[in-house]
Amino acid sequence: MTAVAQPRVVMKATSLVKRYGQVTALDGSDFELRAGEILAVIGDNGAGKSSLIKALSGATVPDSGEIQLDGVVTKFRSPIEARRAGIETVYQDLAVAPAMTIAENLFLGREIRRPGWRGSALRMLDKRRMIEESVARLAELKVGIRSMSQALETLSGGQRQCVAVARAAAFAKHVVIMDEPTAALGVKEGGMVLELIRRVRDRGLAVVLISHNMPHVFEVADRIHVARLGKRATVLDPKKIGMSDTVAVMTGALRPDDLPAEALAH
Amino acid sequence: MTAVVPSSEATKPDVGGFPWPAGLSVAVLGPVIALALACAFFATQSDHFLSGGNFSLILQQVAVVGVIAIGQTLVILTGGIDLSCGMLMALGGIVMTRFATTLGMPPLLAILCGIGVTSLFGLVNGLLVTRIRLPSFIVTLGTMNIAFAATQLYSGAQTVTDLPPLMTALGDTFSIGATQFAWGTVAMLVLYALAWFVLRETAAGRHVYAVGNNPEATRLVGIATQRVLLAVYVAAGALYGVASLLSVSRTGVGDPNAGQTDNLDAITAVVLGGTSLFGGRGVVIGSLVGALVVGVFRNGLTLMGVSSIYQVLVTGVLVILAVTADQLSRRGAR
Repeated sequence: MTAVAQPRVVMKATSLVKRYGQVTALDGSDFELRAGEILAVIGDNGAGKSSLIKALSGATVPDSGEIQLDGVVTKFRSPIEARRAGIETVYQDLAVAPAMTIAENLFLGREIRRPGWRGSALRMLDKRRMIEESVARLAELKVGIRSMSQALETLSGGQRQCVAVARAAAFAKHVVIMDEPTAALGVKEGGMVLELIRRVRDRGLAVVLISHNMPHVFEVADRIHVARLGKRATVLDPKKIGMSDTVAVMTGALRPDDLPAEALAH
Repeated sequence: MTAVVPSSEATKPDVGGFPWPAGLSVAVLGPVIALALACAFFATQSDHFLSGGNFSLILQQVAVVGVIAIGQTLVILTGGIDLSCGMLMALGGIVMTRFATTLGMPPLLAILCGIGVTSLFGLVNGLLVTRIRLPSFIVTLGTMNIAFAATQLYSGAQTVTDLPPLMTALGDTFSIGATQFAWGTVAMLVLYALAWFVLRETAAGRHVYAVGNNPEATRLVGIATQRVLLAVYVAAGALYGVASLLSVSRTGVGDPNAGQTDNLDAITAVVLGGTSLFGGRGVVIGSLVGALVVGVFRNGLTLMGVSSIYQVLVTGVLVILAVTADQLSRRGAR
């Protein structure tokens, strides 16, 4: 082992188990996410990929096992608790509230109130400030949307997903989890979202990317977590392994032990 | 955090008319045009239509449906519908008048009890919708019938008379120039202003829209969507109770057969006002305009000597036209 300083581990899970009646969705799954990386999570249907993500984002509570955030053992009983701990999740279904404006969508559930009595007594929203902050946040991430007061439904699918990602990036303190963010998008729009995911990573956040799209995974991932049979089969280095071998590991055609040592991520 | 706004043209902040998407002004304009056309038509049919006194009368007639329509707007904005609104209004009227007369309760307390009963029914509606996850349509169809039966049973199908003056105070009038206005009209306008403010300017109001837009995503964002829904049904129930008071003060009696046409009239008013039955879109002021359209039709047809059965027919046609317009505009937006 060479003494290269490893980036800080942001989130770590050990031996997660989740059973649904007779079905064991997670069978002792491990997980490790480091600061400033994009970790892709791939796996066949039923590999435990979505159960793992649900456990990490607080959508389900695992039967046993342990989740650590910044070295502290945590238990999320709801997505709201995970969000409070600084973990934001972007879901596949694109828009949050299609008829509402971009600024409203960005601040939904985290609205800024006016200073003084208008905010405390009348509970009035500070719309101007929310628009200004929305402009600033989207500019930081180089999302080119002109007006924050247009309804989300007037945007293209890719732009809507960019708003969802920007929302997550703006409020996440530690981790952004993205569940198939490019699944519903065309080639160009998908590329736009991938570019944005990279910028989110470059700002120092740890990103978990769940995707079925191998070219997208290989385009942006720093490491690839392969889920199989409710466990973590292995973690691969996309620079040292090809797409077909990765798929072979995912489907079980190739055992991780048979891979050359350099294909495994450290 | 300071907002750093780059000076480039592409990211110029748009701090103008937040937060209404441009399309909504068209949605409000539609019913206003419908109202103007209806007024123009009836002005040609009756000499009495275009008089201050008649407009004051329309406003008084509209006050009850108008206030019910505020509650109905809240429910429809969340993607639900409340069929119990008219019957709850009737029940509230009977409760407050009977409590004040038969039980001899102080009028103010009796009024609060009436509003309390309609709010309680709203709570039941809300609990069934949120906890048991029943469709609002069927829940309120049930409570509509329960409220109707309760009204008839408690009143013995008898009109309640000899009310204390405080109970009918909102039916009193004041004059501006030569025209008399009822305080009930003022109460309705104040309630519209309040609803408009809450829906537009506060987070709670915006959450009502968010729940109607996408309930699941709104929940995942961390908003207690069940609480929003529950609050909406209770507020709607309370507004129907206020409508009871307006109805009682206008007619001077507790009428067990009130509210029979108000159910459909209120829903018609909301949909005519541009609020989408699919939830999440609409402006409460539109419902006021919609209520005025309904009121103008009823008043105009009466002046023309058209029998009240045809008025019911016209309301039925109006609501179908309004829903069709809503559906077609949504299809166009896709």
